[in-house]
Amino acid sequence: MKSFDAIKSELASGASTCESLTREYLEAIDRAKHLNAFLSVFAEEAHGQARAVDRKIREGTAGPLAGMVVSIKDVMCVKGHRVTCGSKILEEFVAPYDATAVARLRKADAVIIGKTNMDEFAMGSSTENSAFGRVKLPGDESRVPGGSSGGSAVAVKAGMSTVSLGTDTGGSVRQPASFTGVVGLKPTYGRVSRYGLVAFASSFDQIGPLSLTARDSAAVLNVIAGHDDRDSTSATVPVPDFTAGLNKDVKGLRIGVPKEYFDDALQEEIRGAVQKKIDLLRNHGAVISEVTLPHTAYTIATYYILATAEASSNLARYDGARYGYRVKGAKSLTEMYTRSRSEGFGGEVKRRIMLGTYVLSAGYYDAYYRKGQKVRRLIKEDFDNAFLRVDCLITPTSPSTAFKAGEKMDDPLQMYLSDVYTTSANLAGIPGISIPCGTDRQGLPIGLQILGKQFDEETILRAADFLETSG
Amino acid sequence: MSSNPQYEPVIGLEVHAQLLTESKAFCRCSTSFGDEPNSNVCPVCLGLPGVLPVLNMNVVEFVLRMGLATHCTIAERSIFARKNYFYPDLPKGYQISQYEEPICTGGFVEIETESGKKKKIGITRIHMEEDAGKSIHDLDVDTLVDVNRCGVPLIEIVSEPDLRSPREAYLFLHKIRQIVTYLDICDGNMEEGSLRCDANVSVRRKMETRFGTKTEVKNLNSFRFVEKALEYEIGRQIALLEEGQKIVQETLLWDAAQGVAVPMRSKEEAHDYRYFPEPDLVPVMVGKDWIDKIRTSLPEFPSERHDRYIAKLGLPKYDAEILTAEKPLADYFEAVIRHLKVKNAETWKIASNWTMTEVLRVVNERHITVTGFPVGPERFAEMINLIVDGTISGKIAKDVFEEMLTSQEGPKAIVEKKGLVQVNDASTIENAIDNILTKYEGQVREFLGGKQKVFGFLVGETMKVMKGRANPSIVNEILKKKLEGKKERD
Repeated sequence: MKSFDAIKSELASGASTCESLTREYLEAIDRAKHLNAFLSVFAEEAHGQARAVDRKIREGTAGPLAGMVVSIKDVMCVKGHRVTCGSKILEEFVAPYDATAVARLRKADAVIIGKTNMDEFAMGSSTENSAFGRVKLPGDESRVPGGSSGGSAVAVKAGMSTVSLGTDTGGSVRQPASFTGVVGLKPTYGRVSRYGLVAFASSFDQIGPLSLTARDSAAVLNVIAGHDDRDSTSATVPVPDFTAGLNKDVKGLRIGVPKEYFDDALQEEIRGAVQKKIDLLRNHGAVISEVTLPHTAYTIATYYILATAEASSNLARYDGARYGYRVKGAKSLTEMYTRSRSEGFGGEVKRRIMLGTYVLSAGYYDAYYRKGQKVRRLIKEDFDNAFLRVDCLITPTSPSTAFKAGEKMDDPLQMYLSDVYTTSANLAGIPGISIPCGTDRQGLPIGLQILGKQFDEETILRAADFLETSG
Repeated sequence: MSSNPQYEPVIGLEVHAQLLTESKAFCRCSTSFGDEPNSNVCPVCLGLPGVLPVLNMNVVEFVLRMGLATHCTIAERSIFARKNYFYPDLPKGYQISQYEEPICTGGFVEIETESGKKKKIGITRIHMEEDAGKSIHDLDVDTLVDVNRCGVPLIEIVSEPDLRSPREAYLFLHKIRQIVTYLDICDGNMEEGSLRCDANVSVRRKMETRFGTKTEVKNLNSFRFVEKALEYEIGRQIALLEEGQKIVQETLLWDAAQGVAVPMRSKEEAHDYRYFPEPDLVPVMVGKDWIDKIRTSLPEFPSERHDRYIAKLGLPKYDAEILTAEKPLADYFEAVIRHLKVKNAETWKIASNWTMTEVLRVVNERHITVTGFPVGPERFAEMINLIVDGTISGKIAKDVFEEMLTSQEGPKAIVEKKGLVQVNDASTIENAIDNILTKYEGQVREFLGGKQKVFGFLVGETMKVMKGRANPSIVNEILKKKLEGKKERD
């Protein structure tokens, strides 16, 4: 497993080429097939791209990501390839265009190697809700890699791509990063264009990288961040060089520890591991203080009202009429709709469509959706208030380490609670990063989360980089 | 039926106007009408996975024009909403519209009722939305869908329940059509669906202040249907009340062929659209500068033009009404008077007469629009100038006009080529009259015996020999003098 930095020096010394690297990754994908991390692999195309990059390297015209081999969560469009979203309903759908983030990676000379497995329509926390089988955790295959970007996390962890693009609607980049022991960054809402990302919950979804190091995530963010004319919710805020702020100390950095994130639900070893890092930061001159985010208790409820409301509308287009799965032999329009959707969607997706439809229904809108919007504002204000006093927050990423496959499949609420520390960032639209923070007694990775102010990815990357390099 | 004097109808209209922007509301596809099905489409208007809408700011500009023209309050910040329902011609499974916080609220338009009184009709709101596609059912195969129309921008204009008769509803709709066409934001064509209308109708006893239970009548897709359907529905409601029955709140579909309004199946109307704010679009912000800029660029409105024609041009009310009813005609007339050499009430009236009679006659005969009229306003004005300066008579002008319809030549060239210049020379005319008086001695005697009608005959015969080119007033004058002379001699 090589970080992008390591790759760059290999390329510079001539020890390897982009093509040889691509071959190594493809071999790794082949060896680790049983983990089920990939839904499609673009072997030939990747080789072709790699050769072109090698030529550019020789000519000195290579882009900033030359040598990086990227996998893409199968919820983003890559032109000419299927975008299944882990669903039977889109099993055969081929994207006629590139997502903006993918196009920007390409333009920066990253090689696109394939598409990774995921919870159907990014709904889930274990990558068990895939119509194409669950993804297994490397090292303990009886366990889940987290989700919904489980395939991406495993691809990075098991050396099947240098980095992977995931998406994070309620923790779907950070929680699998935590479970597999890699870095996962969810940028500020609006930082990265959502054009070409198949929507789950439009006001929450954000594309983010998974990588071995914070520096690699920063390098990817440099390329994919910035306004896009095709996404009016993408921000016009200037994009700094996110790698420039790394390799700095944390002297004077004001770090808040939200007490609500260290509740009884938290696995003891995780509490200890995170506390150790907090102590380390304090010893290096960071100013640590306890803060309160009073509306934390409403996070999960609010998230599941608002995100499912948006999802119920976003997923309406999969009706069998124009593309995607259509049941055969339906005798009426209603039957075509009902059966195509009943057979095409999996259980969790249907549960969320029903929830979302309910909260938007006449007579319930005010009690659920409108109330949810209000609470969302309160949660955001909690963060605004905290950030008046501190520069970033440190929390655990998830209350537990990787759990057993099947363990929470019959208890959706328990499954939802595994995102209890991550969904608040999506509600507030702030950036968050999960970095490895040791292991528990069973050797399972623990994740530490750093949350920052809107459009201040620099601070959380700096803190993440510091922790990573100061062990 | 509806004229039962004990009842008063209460009507509000919802008018959809398709905007004349070149591209769609949320993507760059063309809005052109009548193209090959499914040719003006892209991933965005097809609702493919992963796409996002981006607002065409021309749509905002158009709705602002309408809002300002109807005296609405413009919201500095307004938001889009999703209206969710399943239908094959709705690719996303929802329509992007505005629900809470629309862009324009609280305006009015003025109509002139049959009694000639002006009446303000309140505008509740005007909002932006996108059109759906078209389902084509009348084919042997399955239903086919044409997505070209998906995403074409519409505005919905919702009136207050201020209308008190089908005629008022008709006048209101007409007014809306007049305004949107004057603003150049919609072609106003109801038959082609550029303008669509639904009505909310209830009736109540005279003097009652509360509203009755209303029904919604949809599919009023021609000006004729609007009055007819409303008459029908009002009559139906009154009849029910007279029988002691209650009105059921429901949605009816106007069936023009049968002349009845049929209740929509309950399943279809039981829509719960689950409106919620569209998370893919940012709020629409409209600054004061923009509003001011649009306000100053608004054209002169029909009522203003109408009043100006009477006050400044001295035209009769009748003329002013006809000339301003449709923007293309009013614009044509404007251009004509700009090119007139003599600017006085007499000339303007001649121009008005010619525009109302000849231009409109040809337009109607040929089923064309004024915009497509073969004689441009400048050429037309030149002809009027020739009448005014006495080069040709009104009668000859008709021949010149006919010629102009088929040729590109100017009226002057036509007059010269055909030798149509009016004869104003008194001695030439006198000669001709002398010949006529000799030729028709008998008729002259009849005139002198008191038969006044013969005068016209003699004028006609004189004109005939002069091939219509004699100046009629000189003919009149000389003939009169000659006959009077004969009278005295007798």
